Amino acid sequence: MNQKILLTMKDISKSFPGVLALQHVQFTLRKGEIHALMGENGAGKSTLIKVLTGVYQLESGEIRMDGAARPIVNHSPQEAQANGISTVYQEVNLCPNLTVAENLFLGREPRRFGMIDWKTMNRKSEALLKSLEIPVAPAAMLEECSLAIQQMIAIARAVDMRCKVLILDEPTSSLDDDEVEKLFALMRKLKAEGVGILFVTHFLEQVYAVCDRITVLRNGGFVGEYETKDLPRVMLVAKMLGKDLDDLAEIKSAHSEHRFEEEKVPVISARQLGHRGTIKPFDLDIRKGEVVGLTGLLGSGRSEMVRVLYGADRPDCGKLMVRGRKAKISKPLDAMKLGMGYLPENRQRDGIIAELSVRENIIIALQAKRGMCRLMSRREMDEAADRYIDLLQIKTAGRETPVKSLSGGNQQKVIIGRWLLTHPDYLILDEPTRGIDIGTKTAIQKLVLSLADQGMAVTFISAEVEEMLRTCSRMLVLRDGRKVGELSGDELNQETVMQTIAGGGEDDG
Amino acid sequence: MAETKPSVWKKITSNRLFLPVVCLLVVLLINVIRTPAFFQISIRNGVLYGYIVDVVNRASELVILAVGMTLVTAASGGQDISVGAVMAVAAAVCCQILSGGKVTTNAFQNPLLLAIVAALAASALCGAFNGFLVARLKIQPMVATLILFTAGRGIAQLVTQGQITYVRVGTYQVIGGYIASCPIPTPIFIAIGTALLVYLVLNKTALGLSIESVGINGSASRLVGLNSTMIQFLTYVLCGLLAGVAGIVASSRIYSADANNIGLNLEMDAILAVALGGNFLGGGKFSLMGSVIGAFTIQALTTTLYAMNVSGDQLPVYKAIAVVIIVTLQSPVFQEFLKARKVRRRRTAEGGSCG
Repeated sequence: MNQKILLTMKDISKSFPGVLALQHVQFTLRKGEIHALMGENGAGKSTLIKVLTGVYQLESGEIRMDGAARPIVNHSPQEAQANGISTVYQEVNLCPNLTVAENLFLGREPRRFGMIDWKTMNRKSEALLKSLEIPVAPAAMLEECSLAIQQMIAIARAVDMRCKVLILDEPTSSLDDDEVEKLFALMRKLKAEGVGILFVTHFLEQVYAVCDRITVLRNGGFVGEYETKDLPRVMLVAKMLGKDLDDLAEIKSAHSEHRFEEEKVPVISARQLGHRGTIKPFDLDIRKGEVVGLTGLLGSGRSEMVRVLYGADRPDCGKLMVRGRKAKISKPLDAMKLGMGYLPENRQRDGIIAELSVRENIIIALQAKRGMCRLMSRREMDEAADRYIDLLQIKTAGRETPVKSLSGGNQQKVIIGRWLLTHPDYLILDEPTRGIDIGTKTAIQKLVLSLADQGMAVTFISAEVEEMLRTCSRMLVLRDGRKVGELSGDELNQETVMQTIAGGGEDDG
Repeated sequence: MAETKPSVWKKITSNRLFLPVVCLLVVLLINVIRTPAFFQISIRNGVLYGYIVDVVNRASELVILAVGMTLVTAASGGQDISVGAVMAVAAAVCCQILSGGKVTTNAFQNPLLLAIVAALAASALCGAFNGFLVARLKIQPMVATLILFTAGRGIAQLVTQGQITYVRVGTYQVIGGYIASCPIPTPIFIAIGTALLVYLVLNKTALGLSIESVGINGSASRLVGLNSTMIQFLTYVLCGLLAGVAGIVASSRIYSADANNIGLNLEMDAILAVALGGNFLGGGKFSLMGSVIGAFTIQALTTTLYAMNVSGDQLPVYKAIAVVIIVTLQSPVFQEFLKARKVRRRRTAEGGSCG
């Protein structure tokens, strides 16, 4: 192909205390292409992007941009932006309380007599939004827009600042399928205009839907650059994992043999439990050794349902029985004392305690359960932390490393370790695999199944139906805050699940 | 890059207490240069005498306040600006009970223990009020504690009925003076004792870890079973209680309850002590030791300036200059700058040896 090269990163290396984060990594971006950067957690994707955008300083290697005679060195994201490199992150870095137009022109507002020229700003915004076909009014408040629109606005802002290279760091993680499609349309449009897009995602389908090329990293090293059409999925996964065996298939076969015992008394039994405004009253039984999946679209009430069970939101009607006994749960600690554990959906906000060490993050739930006065001995803490770092293969420099310096997947493992340490009978996992690489994903899925084999009751929530079909023995479907179906046995296939989620027809009332 | 074992020097410099200690040492060093007799300790009239003794003695109230302020800061990411006023309340309650309602007394009208317990209860109540506003009603700490900051001294005036109550009893002056023939001032014992006690409570129970956890991420802490509200509330009660202790010490020094002057502007010094100790005022991880060192630094600075014959009116200006320097030294931007310079130097040194 004879495309013009926009950006070359050559022999990039970067190390952190005790870890070589990048070793001689290459990356080339051509004009008008969408290039996926793939790799497991800790492969070095984020580090590479941060080196490119000037968040980190590179140790060796060089970055060349088309049109610049000398290698460029970015010291800050602002400098990168001035060089034509813009980034849009998964979490939108805009101001929710300003209008769309204000966000688009923040820091570079058109001025007239020293005052902001609102008219020009709104007119320019309208033109920009129109040219990119983003369906939103310039005067709308940003917080009123859906997440997808917000992301598109962030992209529009980047585009308007004449970026040649656009980095999209997991923009699709919190979008639903429709929104993803809209985002893709925008990406293709930009591609046609000659922008080079670096796209980071964990969803394989998305890579094959929009990307022209794929660069794979593994453990901070460069694996290779491939044209998407020449690299079948299985090969891509193998390159990312560095092994040929198909782990996913293995899980599937394990699952088909997996059977749980029918117990008389369910571990968890909810009757007309509900919380006004989030989840309508529902019934639910979960037995020992069973993996029950909750599925539905974003906002269907799947997270809200488990929050009520766990006492994160206090239920305002109905009753809950735990192992046949009536339970009164008004706060998370009550649920923990009854043997529950809960991995929340939003890892950053509700999960990790960022500045605390891996050790402290692992033991904190058990410590809270024991009470304020019975401090665990230092030895007990160390042993517990080491055990779960080892068992879950958490990649960390040490047990005293602050958890915030771990990659997303490893942070998630720390939280799983935190709950396993409390030896729960019932474990709630709300999107444990979101934003996590395939290797860790399969590891977590396997773990869930082995926990269930040991008799734990598990509730598993995931946006990926495929993943749930592999792990769950029963699935509950929710729509608009209401339980609309329960599937098991032969009904557990993609088609039936999708149909139930979508609903429509017969009994939609 | 070859893995080098961290040298002892690096270990020391990377310790979070390194900078606070350096700042304290610098202040002390300036003292020694200006006043060679600074570290001289002599015994006069059977008690220790000297600049350094004075610094440690005078810092006692600040140390006690700084300990409480550290906890509040860590758990709620905000500061309690009412501690100075709460000191006045505690002093007023204590003296008023001892004097039995009279303006001045030469003998205890009520048992000393009763007065102290009542004063501490009153200050803990003030702390509980602050804690309720912050932890339960989620009012910003600065705003919540502003209430008692303004009203506290008025309450103290109400308690003493607008008078300065004097307690001219030797036993009362022991708290701010000396125990029998012990040459070391009592406030030093009280300050060290309080700091030690709080340290033990934090580290022998899960309270220390819980406070940090709640301060870093309240939402996640709740989900792992910590009672965030209760823990924040507790730190405010503790902070109030410690302000009470400091108030009693301060009032014993002048054997009276001067509602207008006891603990005046001390809340700002206490906040500064926490910051100088290398603690992040936005909450989270904290170091009690750092705050204690910070408190001593501030007191050393004040004493130094007095020793240099700076008048009380001009004192804040010089203090401000010193504080700006110390805070700049500890700021992350300056730290980055130093680090970058070091790397550059090493690079040029390496380049030189190659060529």
